[in-house]
Amino acid sequence: MEAARVRYEPLWKVRLRLWWRSFLTNWELFRESKIGPIGLGIIIFFGLLAIVYPILMATVWDPAIYDPVTGYDWEVPMHPSPPSTKHLLGTDPWGRDVFAQLTYSTRAEFFLGVFAAFITVFIGTLVGSISAYYGGFVDTFFMRLADVVMLFPMLAFLIVLSAMMDLNLYSLAVVIGIIGGFGGITIILKSQALSVKVKPYIEAAKVAGGSHFHIIVTHIIPNVLPLSFLYMMFNVTGAIFTEAVLSFFGLLNIQMSWGIMVEMANISGYLIGENVTRYWWLFWPASLSITLLCSAFYLVGRGIDEIVNPRLRKR
Amino acid sequence: MRKYLLKRLLQIVITLYIYLTLIFIILQAQPGDITDLYIMNPKIPPEAREAIKHQLGLDKPLFFQYLQYLKNISTGNLGISFSLYPRPVWDIIKERLPRTVVLFLVAYIIYFYLGFQLGKIIAWKRGGFIEYSSTVVGVFLWTVFTPWWGLLLIYIFAFKLGWFPIGKFIDPMIWRNFDISSNYVFNMILLVGGAATLFIFLTYVTARRFVPRRTAKLATLGSLLLSLGVIGWLLGTTTVGYLAMDILHHMILPVFTLTTIGFGGYMLLMRDSMLETIREDYVMAAKAKGLPDKAVRDKHAARNALLPIVTSFILALATVVDGGIITETIFSWPGIGLTMLSAILEEDLPLAIGALVFTGVFLLFAHLVADILYAYLDPRIKYG
Repeated sequence: MEAARVRYEPLWKVRLRLWWRSFLTNWELFRESKIGPIGLGIIIFFGLLAIVYPILMATVWDPAIYDPVTGYDWEVPMHPSPPSTKHLLGTDPWGRDVFAQLTYSTRAEFFLGVFAAFITVFIGTLVGSISAYYGGFVDTFFMRLADVVMLFPMLAFLIVLSAMMDLNLYSLAVVIGIIGGFGGITIILKSQALSVKVKPYIEAAKVAGGSHFHIIVTHIIPNVLPLSFLYMMFNVTGAIFTEAVLSFFGLLNIQMSWGIMVEMANISGYLIGENVTRYWWLFWPASLSITLLCSAFYLVGRGIDEIVNPRLRKR
Repeated sequence: MRKYLLKRLLQIVITLYIYLTLIFIILQAQPGDITDLYIMNPKIPPEAREAIKHQLGLDKPLFFQYLQYLKNISTGNLGISFSLYPRPVWDIIKERLPRTVVLFLVAYIIYFYLGFQLGKIIAWKRGGFIEYSSTVVGVFLWTVFTPWWGLLLIYIFAFKLGWFPIGKFIDPMIWRNFDISSNYVFNMILLVGGAATLFIFLTYVTARRFVPRRTAKLATLGSLLLSLGVIGWLLGTTTVGYLAMDILHHMILPVFTLTTIGFGGYMLLMRDSMLETIREDYVMAAKAKGLPDKAVRDKHAARNALLPIVTSFILALATVVDGGIITETIFSWPGIGLTMLSAILEEDLPLAIGALVFTGVFLLFAHLVADILYAYLDPRIKYG
């Protein structure tokens, strides 16, 4: 009796150990891809930036001066002023601190990107699994729909939509997420789910009396998830980029974001001719942040690709 | 082949129908109607608004409106623009389209070719410094914030170095001396370019079966040089050619911008596709036969790796339109993208929706053409 108790460890421990082991193998592959860690590093850097804002706001910064939208520094004679110790990235034409705007927006960009990508992947995984499992009419319908959505010029559509709808950060994330979710991602995830569907354990689950819902949720979706996660990374890139461009065109109802920072510099004439380099702090930090964060998620996506897609591995 | 084409055509009609219906639903889902724009205008009393409603058929049941909408679009009646009143929307689109097509076709071909070549090379030299650096640079440019990149290139090449004009698509100082519309010149560019491409392609197709390989190469090269010579002669001697030179001069910088942004995605796709093909048995067999490395890479691996890239080429058309809106705005290139954006900023809904509908139709037909090309490239696809 005593011996038996020693031999069997609890199930959760076994699961944890297995999970940890596969995590280590995958981490090794991810690290080997070299480009994945670069992206992860950039994401962590921006994550720190996002944390910096509330901390500084609570301790060092005076909200009257450093508020990203309504702040004004009356001690500086001329705005926009170049970077100084007081304003790390200078001030914009309205006397607001650029660094505060940058860090304030970081949080919103992360939220928008991840939220939109999450909706996309949630819908995409569900629709992909369902159309692979049931086939027939459901499948045809969603695949044709995906064809149309893929043909949709998303940005053009959002530009037209912005004329009719008040798009803020949340509604934009939801719209991008939903349109993306019925697009190409369903086709990719469906083909993955199809290869899972023919596995013997699905047959076994059916024989054991599992309901359709049960089989889809506990057997098909978990096996599609790694690929979903991969596409989530690419979708984060797309969402952040879309927001930045729409903000740059001045079509969104958002108070502050990286795209808006560039738009402000643009409409007040600081992006013309010599001003591009003379007033670099109005233009470069925000643009570079957009580019770097988009690249970072894309690089991480490619790093994960090397794990998920065994045909890309070196061995 | 005919059966395949008919089937594709039928599918496209269905897709088009879904697309148009979706746009209609989205339009109807908005609260109110177009007369609400005048609700605060004292010059237009409620009776006048009712009259407009009646005139536009907005007082009829939804189903009739839907049928009316489909009928209008199928007859090319897209309404009248508000901002450029009283020009019909269709007229404006017809005017702006060639500009977009010329710009994009050139950029698209260049960056597709560049991505194909680079992807081939970095997949073959896997794991080296070149691969990592070009992947990082490619991803950086693929996801670059397009307005920033465009303005930066304008600053460097147009403002600092003065090699290219800063924006716009023609130089009025040159054009005011001639009585030729820019659209005529654009159409000529498309015509001559298309004819030259077709000529080279046909020579290549007929020549590639010639027995000594060198004759085939010479024939293709000859046709290439001949077309270039004819194009050069046309540009150098005719008035239209002179004006076309001006347009081409304005085009270089936008094309360069689009190329730098676009090639990365294809390079990475080509790399992945190549890595999968390299594992195939026939590549190993080719290597074992002792064929030169370059021949194995170009003739055995790259040809088969090309197919998935062509598929993505088709699917990326929508992305191209999106990228075009940004690029056209930055370079004030008055194509479809800029038209759509300025229509929105001026609250000119008929023009914006017309442009959106038209873009969808245009993309669908581009899709069809690409499909036919794909079927031609991959003989494994059965037309059926």
